[in-house]
Amino acid sequence: MRKLVSIELFKIFSKPRTYIGFGAVIIIVLAIEFGILLEGDTMVGIIIQNIKDRFIFEGNIINLYLVSYIILNTLWIHVPILVALVTGDMLAGEANSGTFRLILTRPISRVQLVLAKFIAGWIYAVLLVAVMAILSIGIGLILFGPGDLLVVTNKVNIFSSNDLLWRFAGAYAYGVLSMTTVAALSFLLSSFADNSIGPIIGTVAMIIGITIISTVGAILLGPVNQYIFTSYLPSWQLFFQTDSGLSSIGHAILIQLIYIVGFLSVTIWYFRKKDILS
Amino acid sequence: MDPYIEILNLSKHFGQIRAVDDLSMKVLPGDIYGFLGPNGSGKSTTIRMMLSLIRPTSGQILLFGHDLARDRYKTLSRLGALIEKPDFYNYLSARKNLEILGRLSNISNLKHRVDEVLELVGLLPRAGSTVRTYSLGMKQRLGIAQSLLHHPDLIILDEPTNGLDPQGQKEIRDLVTSLNQDNNITILISSHILFEIEQIANRMIIIDKGKALVEGNVQELVNSQDRQVAFVLADTAAGLSFLNETVWAAKIIKSNQERIYFKINKDEIPDLNAFLVGHKMQIFAVEPVRSLEEFFLQITEDEKVS
Repeated sequence: MRKLVSIELFKIFSKPRTYIGFGAVIIIVLAIEFGILLEGDTMVGIIIQNIKDRFIFEGNIINLYLVSYIILNTLWIHVPILVALVTGDMLAGEANSGTFRLILTRPISRVQLVLAKFIAGWIYAVLLVAVMAILSIGIGLILFGPGDLLVVTNKVNIFSSNDLLWRFAGAYAYGVLSMTTVAALSFLLSSFADNSIGPIIGTVAMIIGITIISTVGAILLGPVNQYIFTSYLPSWQLFFQTDSGLSSIGHAILIQLIYIVGFLSVTIWYFRKKDILS
Repeated sequence: MDPYIEILNLSKHFGQIRAVDDLSMKVLPGDIYGFLGPNGSGKSTTIRMMLSLIRPTSGQILLFGHDLARDRYKTLSRLGALIEKPDFYNYLSARKNLEILGRLSNISNLKHRVDEVLELVGLLPRAGSTVRTYSLGMKQRLGIAQSLLHHPDLIILDEPTNGLDPQGQKEIRDLVTSLNQDNNITILISSHILFEIEQIANRMIIIDKGKALVEGNVQELVNSQDRQVAFVLADTAAGLSFLNETVWAAKIIKSNQERIYFKINKDEIPDLNAFLVGHKMQIFAVEPVRSLEEFFLQITEDEKVS
């Protein structure tokens, strides 16, 4: 299995499209960091407009933690697209290029191949989130320095700088879990397709579409809504809410794990019996 | 010794379409076995089933005496294949492609073996170039190289000369013959060109619409059938008018300004030749005219009669 994973990683990192993801993450992080450096005061002014009469703000509000928190929001759409770009290609790309005929006539099992490809795709997703984390914290530290984090949602949460490292570690780890769900979904779609455009666009369309349906139709969906996976993709935010208990985070993790296992199981079941006609 | 390939009552249905229909065949050790049929006759589907890329609807495939469905690892490790067009990871070099495939086949001393097979197919000087820079002929040879990586006892080549120019086709035929004779590798080669199979194979099967029409020794099968032969005479019109008055008239099937076409048995060719020479007809050439389609028609006609 280790051999298969290393072969799949070699293939991933030999393709130019893989580096589009890393390049995009670098551009996104730099754009946000320098955007905040130039226009941060205006932006923070808008955010705290309604509360500045009731609070006295001291110290460095625009700091590396605020910037990193803002960058974490790219886990909604940007990073899923980049993950799908690679994982959506992993099975469909082989079908499209006809190389399944080469590898599936070797003495390897289809189940092992699917698992190896998924693990390699997962490693790519982890690296993508890791690069994002390292860059956002590293550049943030240089440009802005540390400070307390002010999170304004429907209430104001203020976190001391010495209470933040574990929260960010948790948020990024959760981000990896979310991207694993995205990877599993695009991997499933990839197993159905014979070219990679469909799975990539399909993954993004499903995430956006289901998010819209579950948001707009929350009342109609009722209790079903709490079992829809897109509701939990941005749940890294739970790490920055003072009243969110471990149970909420545990529930979000459980739902995502169920979807990951579900998507992967269907992929294996389908791919095992798939006729390779390409 | 067990046949290397034994197919028993194999069928594959895609919905209502019967791509392969109750097909049985046998490839013996040492054979160059021609797998002949027109486009869409079910050759590639059968080959894909032999390689476990497609699941049969019914029937059994035995490779080296083992049931493919039960002993996939054991059988595939003794088997190499090139299926239809040679597709590779175009963004990688030929060497890297072979190294990946070699690792999947657990080949020891891989770098040495990769060089060996690249040299065998004449691609060693271009081993470091990415495959996207290769011509179709080079890709075909690389396809054969990958099928040889793990020292297989049997290789399956699905239309390996497709799209190649005559020189490229000859190179592949020579390579196949040498692999069989010098390296003792049994070969199943599919084609829709009868001439190609006649050149290299010792046994063959002809299939159409997924069904076997005939299987056996190539020379016996080809020679057992009447064949079309064109005689090129110095004066076609005079020759035609003369022949129409003889017993050979019944054997003429058509003519044009340059050629008179006969449907005759192999043994009758020298008789007709001697007859024409004996009557002062100048013969410029005697050309065999034999397309697979005509061969099929003849076989199916014979089957109907019998």
